[in-house]
Amino acid sequence: MSTVVGEVDQHDDHHHHAPSGITRWLFTTNHKDIGSLYLWFSFIMFLVGGSMAMVIRAELFQPGLQLVDPHFFNQMTTVHGLIMVFGAVMPAFTGLANWMIPMMIGAPDMALPRMNNWSFWILPFAFSILLASLFMEGGGPAFGWTFYAPLSTTYSSDSTALFVFSVHIMGISSIMGAINVIVTIMNMRAPGMSYMKMPLFVWTWFITAFLLIAVMPVLAGAVTMVLTDKYFGTSFFDAAGGGDPVLFQHIFWFFGHPEVYIMILPSFGIVSAIIPAFSRKKLFGYASMVYATAAIAGLSFLVWAHHMFTTGMPVFAELFFMYCTMLISVPTGVKVFNWVATMWRGSISFETPMLFALAFVILFTIGGFSGLMLAITPVDFQYHDTYFVVAHFHYVLVSGAIFSIMAAAYYWLPKWTGHMYDEKLAKTHFWASLISVNVLFFPMHFAGLAGMPRRIPDYSIAFADINQIVSIGGFAFGLSQLIFLWVVIKCVKGGEKAPTKPWEGAEGLEWTVPSPAPYHTFDTPPEVK
Amino acid sequence: MSIKLITALTAMIPMAAQARSQLNLPQGVTEISNRVYDLHMTIFYICCVIGLVVFGAMFWSMIRHRKSKGRKPATFHENVKVEILWTVVPFLILIGMAIPATSTLIAMEDTSEAELTVLVTGSQWKWHYRYLDSDVEYFSLLATQREQIENKFDKGENYLLEVDRPLVIPTDRKVRFLVTSDDVIHSWWVPDFAVKKDANPGFINEAWTKVDEPGIYRGQCAELCGKDHGFMPVVVIAKEPAEFDAWLAEQEQIAQREKEEEQRLLAMSMDMDELMELGERVYLGSCAACHQANGEGIPGVFPALKGSPMALNDMQGHINIVVNGKSGTSMQAFGNQLSLRELAAVITYERNAWGNDTGETVQAADVNAFINE
Repeated sequence: MSTVVGEVDQHDDHHHHAPSGITRWLFTTNHKDIGSLYLWFSFIMFLVGGSMAMVIRAELFQPGLQLVDPHFFNQMTTVHGLIMVFGAVMPAFTGLANWMIPMMIGAPDMALPRMNNWSFWILPFAFSILLASLFMEGGGPAFGWTFYAPLSTTYSSDSTALFVFSVHIMGISSIMGAINVIVTIMNMRAPGMSYMKMPLFVWTWFITAFLLIAVMPVLAGAVTMVLTDKYFGTSFFDAAGGGDPVLFQHIFWFFGHPEVYIMILPSFGIVSAIIPAFSRKKLFGYASMVYATAAIAGLSFLVWAHHMFTTGMPVFAELFFMYCTMLISVPTGVKVFNWVATMWRGSISFETPMLFALAFVILFTIGGFSGLMLAITPVDFQYHDTYFVVAHFHYVLVSGAIFSIMAAAYYWLPKWTGHMYDEKLAKTHFWASLISVNVLFFPMHFAGLAGMPRRIPDYSIAFADINQIVSIGGFAFGLSQLIFLWVVIKCVKGGEKAPTKPWEGAEGLEWTVPSPAPYHTFDTPPEVK
Repeated sequence: MSIKLITALTAMIPMAAQARSQLNLPQGVTEISNRVYDLHMTIFYICCVIGLVVFGAMFWSMIRHRKSKGRKPATFHENVKVEILWTVVPFLILIGMAIPATSTLIAMEDTSEAELTVLVTGSQWKWHYRYLDSDVEYFSLLATQREQIENKFDKGENYLLEVDRPLVIPTDRKVRFLVTSDDVIHSWWVPDFAVKKDANPGFINEAWTKVDEPGIYRGQCAELCGKDHGFMPVVVIAKEPAEFDAWLAEQEQIAQREKEEEQRLLAMSMDMDELMELGERVYLGSCAACHQANGEGIPGVFPALKGSPMALNDMQGHINIVVNGKSGTSMQAFGNQLSLRELAAVITYERNAWGNDTGETVQAADVNAFINE
């Protein structure tokens, strides 16, 4: 992607005098540069968080303790989760938003370019602090990414202060990114582009941004209370001082559940762009897609306690949260049906973006089924905190969110770099990922049902075979992602020249500008009819 | 002695309850667990049917409507009737699922009219059981040897799922569990009963079961509770009511005798070798999980005892922290977990092991005097 500028300089670019070298990236206010920074950063974090997953899977390859001690194992599960959620998935979506939203709505840049620069550049500091805490005496955070009190307060090591600080920075970055998205979409659409003409990726991000602004401050409140409980003698979560440890979970999941949708709504937008393009047919039910997204976002505020059925709630509350949670499957189902109806009687071809999008629809739906099962409170008592849950959220996050990010990367790489990626290599990446991701996560359902709790470094010998298969799938999935890195580097460096619109059925303003997209696009807004 | 008895009994009870499926939820041994299992299977099958229809349509399109077959795309992109249909039909299916789920849930949460109540208390990393209507209480610790965990010995059949003293409950009687915690949140889980309840410090949760078949049932702590979360199993033995009553009466007698025995032993003092031998055993069972077998702890998490000023100089402070714990840390109060003899021995051990050679001994009478101060 760094070749963008060199390419662009050959185009006419009369008013662009960008600094070169590192200062170009440090001081940039260009949405495309910042988009690339976000995407590269998230990929690095994906590899860092992934290598922690490899440590986890290596330890779990056999029963018994072989490689790491339980305390370090807990640090690995904790930091793996934090990095994948806040460092890999969320920045990748923000990177895609930066690159694509201005081009999709015909705007010259994001509305608040300096803030854009800042919201990216604080992220490396946040994650350096988090990763550095692993090397402190007593180790890094070891209380799970959900940092339940009092494990994270009274019983945690002193790296907790660094954890709290880094989460604050991540939160500030997300909120600034979200404000930027909303302001851009509300003010900078090209003439004629009404809300109901916006591409679905723009719509889903618009709604996601509101979710971010609503819940990131709640997370900030939660970590601050953890900080004051641990260091300043407050008792928000300590019964001895009049507090309640379960209160922590209510606050955390009031953030946490909308957060889950923050990590999947933009995926819906991506898939809603790719499936029509490769089916050569308009998206089925555009309006219902928009309403379904809004409905999911609204419901996401009413379901948080389904993460807490075993904490001992009144029956009435359990019923309320069970019904609301089940209800979410209705708008989610509408989306899946719409994608299938889009493909129906289309003219389908199977380039890599489409393959990832199709895998997304199937595997995300499987994750949705296990989600529906988890919603049923009486059965959730059995599933809760087992590998069944681990399987469920990895299906929606890895073969859901991450597959959609891969699909997006392949779909727009020609636009970003001006080159076609190596289709053969990309298909190898796809098939390797598809097979290994299922070997990795599908057997986890069985382990969970048979009774294996999550977050344990060692297990009963009854689970030995399943864990061995899962670990092999894990190593294979990890290695497969290096193929992706290779494809991207190869594509940035060169390759077949990409036309303005490389995909026959693609629609949208981004395909009206040359490939690679010039450094500045839509200085004069296009007219949308 | 009683521990050995229970371990021997444990080995003799038929293993019928253990032949559980390794790929699916156990059906379990209570009416509730069977209802839960049926609910699980029903919803699973509904999901399979929906999946078959949706993925079937998808694969049909992928096979039949390909560009490589020269298909020209249709132009339709909405159909209000179809869209209403696939909003309403899933909604009706959900109502069909919600009805049995609601009635099962209400039955699960009805803890009234229990015939026996057991207080279950989690702490890092063990369970404590107290029979509220009688004088019986004890801790239940992981019984798997460290050598098995460290791969020095072969792993046994119930690796990580065995304890020194299981909970014993009667069959055919409604047993109520009050669940709480002394430190962080734990979760008490027995899959065969479909009971999983969080143990929250400072609060008490309720759950219940009524077991149909005698047997041994195994579960684990389900909520991340720190370093040894993976090493605090739950084992429950269900006995016929008459057998259970006899067992409980015997336990009461044993508890009474142990108390008397302890008072008698106060007058006797042990020599250094005896103290060190018992102390090492107690240390490895109760202290080594945090302070480590070599007494060096884990820097920044669990303090070292080797060379610590308290273990070298401050004997009263040392007795105090072992007996009463240290609030706001993981250091538990062992005063109610260990006998006076064991407390004396372990304190002596900590003051003389790993080069801490103070040469001082602590006797049961010293600990008793401290407690009664």
